[in-house]
Amino acid sequence: MNIPMSDLYVLLPEIFVLTMACIILIVAVYIPKQLMELNYHLAQVTVIGAAILTLTNLTESSSIVMNNMFIHDPMSILLKAFIYLITFTVFLYSRQYLRARDLYKGEYFVLSLTALLGMQIMVSAAHFLSLYLGLELLSLSLYAMVAMWRDSKQASEAAMKYFVLGALASGMLLYGMSMFYGITGTLELQKISEVIATGKIENTLLAFSLVFIMVGVAFKLGAVPFHMWVPDVYQGAPTAMTLFISAAPKLAAFAMLMRLLVDGLQGLHTDWQGMLMIMAILSMGLGNIVAIAQTNIKRMLAYSTISHIGFLLLGVLTATKEGYSASMFYTIVYALMSMGSFGMILLLSRAGFEAENIDDFKGLNERSPWYAFIMMILMLSMAGVPPMLGFWAKWSVLNQVVASGFVWLAVVAVLFSVIGAFFYLRIIRLMYVDKPEDLTKIVVAADMRIAISINGLGILALGLFPQILFQLCMNVF
Amino acid sequence: MELICTLIVFLPLVGSIGAGLFDVTRKTAHRLTIVSVGTSFFLSAYIFKLVALDGILPFSNNSSNVLTLYQWMTLGKINLEIGFLVDALTAMMMVTVTFVSWMVHIYTIGYMKDDEHNWLNNSLAGKYSYQRFFSYISLFTFSMLMLVMSNNFLQLFFGWEAVGLVSYLLIGFWLQRDTAVYANLKAFLVNRVGDFGFLLGIAAVLMYFNTLDYKEVFLLAPSLENLNIEIFPGSEWSAITVICILLFIGAMGKSAQVPLHVWLPDSMEGPTPISALIHAATMVTAGIFMVARMSPLYELSSTALSFILIIGATTALFMGFLGLVQHDIKRVVAYSTLSQLGYMTVALGASAYTAGVFHLMTHAFFKALLFLGAGSVIIAMHHEQDMRKMGGLRKYLPITYITTLLGSLALIGTPFFSGFFSKDAIIEVVHFADTQGRFGAGFAYIALLLGVFITALYSFRMFFLTFHGKERMDEHTKEHLHEPPFVVTVPLVLLAIPSVFIGGLALETMLYSDFFKSSIYIMQEHQAFHDYHGVVSFVLHGLTQPPFWLALAGVLTAYFLYIQWTELPALIQARFSTIHSILMDKYGFDRFNDWFIAGGARKIGNVFSAIGDMKIIDGFFVNGTANVVGVFSQIFRRMQTGLLYQYAFSMIIGLLVLLVWFVHF
Repeated sequence: MNIPMSDLYVLLPEIFVLTMACIILIVAVYIPKQLMELNYHLAQVTVIGAAILTLTNLTESSSIVMNNMFIHDPMSILLKAFIYLITFTVFLYSRQYLRARDLYKGEYFVLSLTALLGMQIMVSAAHFLSLYLGLELLSLSLYAMVAMWRDSKQASEAAMKYFVLGALASGMLLYGMSMFYGITGTLELQKISEVIATGKIENTLLAFSLVFIMVGVAFKLGAVPFHMWVPDVYQGAPTAMTLFISAAPKLAAFAMLMRLLVDGLQGLHTDWQGMLMIMAILSMGLGNIVAIAQTNIKRMLAYSTISHIGFLLLGVLTATKEGYSASMFYTIVYALMSMGSFGMILLLSRAGFEAENIDDFKGLNERSPWYAFIMMILMLSMAGVPPMLGFWAKWSVLNQVVASGFVWLAVVAVLFSVIGAFFYLRIIRLMYVDKPEDLTKIVVAADMRIAISINGLGILALGLFPQILFQLCMNVF
Repeated sequence: MELICTLIVFLPLVGSIGAGLFDVTRKTAHRLTIVSVGTSFFLSAYIFKLVALDGILPFSNNSSNVLTLYQWMTLGKINLEIGFLVDALTAMMMVTVTFVSWMVHIYTIGYMKDDEHNWLNNSLAGKYSYQRFFSYISLFTFSMLMLVMSNNFLQLFFGWEAVGLVSYLLIGFWLQRDTAVYANLKAFLVNRVGDFGFLLGIAAVLMYFNTLDYKEVFLLAPSLENLNIEIFPGSEWSAITVICILLFIGAMGKSAQVPLHVWLPDSMEGPTPISALIHAATMVTAGIFMVARMSPLYELSSTALSFILIIGATTALFMGFLGLVQHDIKRVVAYSTLSQLGYMTVALGASAYTAGVFHLMTHAFFKALLFLGAGSVIIAMHHEQDMRKMGGLRKYLPITYITTLLGSLALIGTPFFSGFFSKDAIIEVVHFADTQGRFGAGFAYIALLLGVFITALYSFRMFFLTFHGKERMDEHTKEHLHEPPFVVTVPLVLLAIPSVFIGGLALETMLYSDFFKSSIYIMQEHQAFHDYHGVVSFVLHGLTQPPFWLALAGVLTAYFLYIQWTELPALIQARFSTIHSILMDKYGFDRFNDWFIAGGARKIGNVFSAIGDMKIIDGFFVNGTANVVGVFSQIFRRMQTGLLYQYAFSMIIGLLVLLVWFVHF
């Protein structure tokens, strides 16, 4: 096991995050209570530092290091960059909320940073083992984060469900991986791909193993019928944790999907195409239809997430490079929109009050026209109304679906999107037409106000110039 | 120069947003908009000098006259973008539009000063009406510039609709008056008819040319000359003719040509400054501009040109007649505008796009002047518009009197005034087209000649009734009669200057040189303007031609009827009561539209609403699907029981389904 120094250089961002997480763990124990802000600043420095380290090591080609465990390629750089951006913003959004609930502690930042480390590893995994380790690191951190608010019964229940179901899904994923090891004799994704390409292995065996892998991935993404945890966890977890879970880990899960299905199992694409198709249709259908019946906005957004996951699977199942880019574009756009929407819920919450019912948005325009406007942009974007960014995300995926000949699938997707538009527009109607029930003044810290404004206006601005982000995604593949 | 052109377009938009969307004082509102539009004008003049006079190409280091500002999206091979095409035609339009607009902005300070009287007490709409008005006219300037500077059909359509929107908003500016709301709705609906044709025309361009870019379309046009299409089974049409006529239907709506002219007289319900700016000088000429811009297409279809010729000639003559019987001072000017638009259209139909555009420019100045002069009279008369209650205003309003006289002289085509050159050129060219055997040109020639007499008659009827003769206003009004403030009179004077001189100055450049060579295409055999011997000889030649004598006859007739034997008009009216009532009825267009089109549409609409909309669409599709989705939503929702073992079970089921479906044991 000889690891050259240059390999470690590639791994610098991950090493940095790990080190800083350990430092914060120690610092948090020893600093007096009045210096608690230090944790926050250290955590932000970590994210920025990791971003700098990642972005100073740009590459056009892909290289595999650490005994073929770790891949460094344009896709990993782009996804990591957005993961950093989102983590940074999530810390910023969560500050006020966590402080009001006495959750603003070192543990939160340590757990978030280990989750970040897990995501980094997942994104760069070139090996079943590193992929699995990254996934577990992320998942375990998330379970703990959901459970962190010990006073809340709901949160504990959500954490329990999440953990048990997550363990089940991990088990299946691991089973699938072991099957592939048995069949191909290797854990390296690239070699597995080569072995499959020889065509000497019986397809039944491969398909059987693929199903188990698929269950693991689908669970992580939250695709129907492996979505049951999503609404309960989104609703039960403290909103700041929901914000964390709903945004960056979706990028990591997308990376996992790409690493496994494209890097490793491209040869089986006729099989996974069908599986993804079923899950995509079910996710879009169930997500959009059930969201209508929700009164809790976190739960509603959970179902909306499920439907968006269905949409992003559409791009992957075309099994073309353009389709992958479109899906990646979609995932990034979704993460940005989701971050903004949960950010708005955080913004309306305060000590002792969770703004988690849809009715809490009633008359927002009268209370604060600016936030109502930002929320309107976010909702229109989620619904896919031009010229918001969300429209281009949907458009680019549908474009690829049609180009691959699945016109009927595009029609189905559009029909479900129309149904989905209902509940996004309902929020807008509540904000602008109804009278407010709650007249408490909305107090927001300056940094959060600026961040959420940039978030909302960014969705609009990038929607007017969609080429910028789209081109980035196109160049990856 | 990319920056300058962008500034020209967007400064008025900034002014409009600043005055309209923020809580600003009256002073800030008018200063902001006047400065932004004024800057726009000076920059336009600079561009005009470089592009039109020095012949410099403005973009990409002087190598191109097309600029793409923003690419919205690409659909297949079709680019949807915002861009500029700046050549001599555009530059001339830019200067005209910004100059008239600037004058109108300044004039508005005086006209709208007491606008709160026009609103019901304490109405919120009235409180900010002043700022809103400035915001609207700046927005109009922006839209009009977008229209004329466009380099593609999509942006043309954007500008086309945007000026229509602002026109709608401004006609109905006093939204508490029923007549204003009726008028703006009418303008909107009639323009919809035209725009429908226009949109079909653009769609046809896209269909046959596969691009919306002007340059590409014009390049491809000759290759499609012989393409025939079948609209109805068995009838063959040339594709170019269909495109041209459809586009021209749009122009008929916007430039108020018979039978889509009915909205323009009613549009006088709006404040006078916008009648001058939108409904005389700029927006209504958009159709003329568009056809001139599309000259490479129109040149290929003599059918379309004849169609244009006949429509234009009909408008020019028959709308002029209506001006003779109106009592409202603004309506007289409005019918005069209709008739003059007819002249421009005739020029287009005779392949003399340059003459049409030339008349467009001179007309913009003198017609804006006449409208603003009428507005000045209206201000002095405390918003009385009936000419029967005026008379003898000459001594109270000397500046208005002189400028209106200059404007009227320009309008009727007095030698050396600007209207003389442009109108004579049009009549000459129609005569030429007649000798070339273009269908309809003979009729147009006669209509235009008669029109000259009518124009002189109604213009001076208005002039004499307003400024000369007995003072017919009541005592109270008479006591308060005085010249309006400087902000009103200065624009009058500034507009009077080009009204008098611009024709003679621009005659050689615009008609007899290569000025429009890069923007307007005329086939060799359609060229009418050849030998030029200077302004004086043009005038001398004009003196020997019928139009001059007809105009003179018109003025004399007006003089005898309204100054000398003032009892005569009533006698004539009684003698020819049938003709008079037809004219008062405006040939029955309005009655027909109200009865057949509006009434018929309402009847059909009611049927569709009751059966199609309520029962089928709302009842079955909308509410039906909504109910079904709602039911499913409730059912699926139950599946989320909250019980952990059921969740795990559903995962196992999912796994089994995938296994059975995809693994073939």
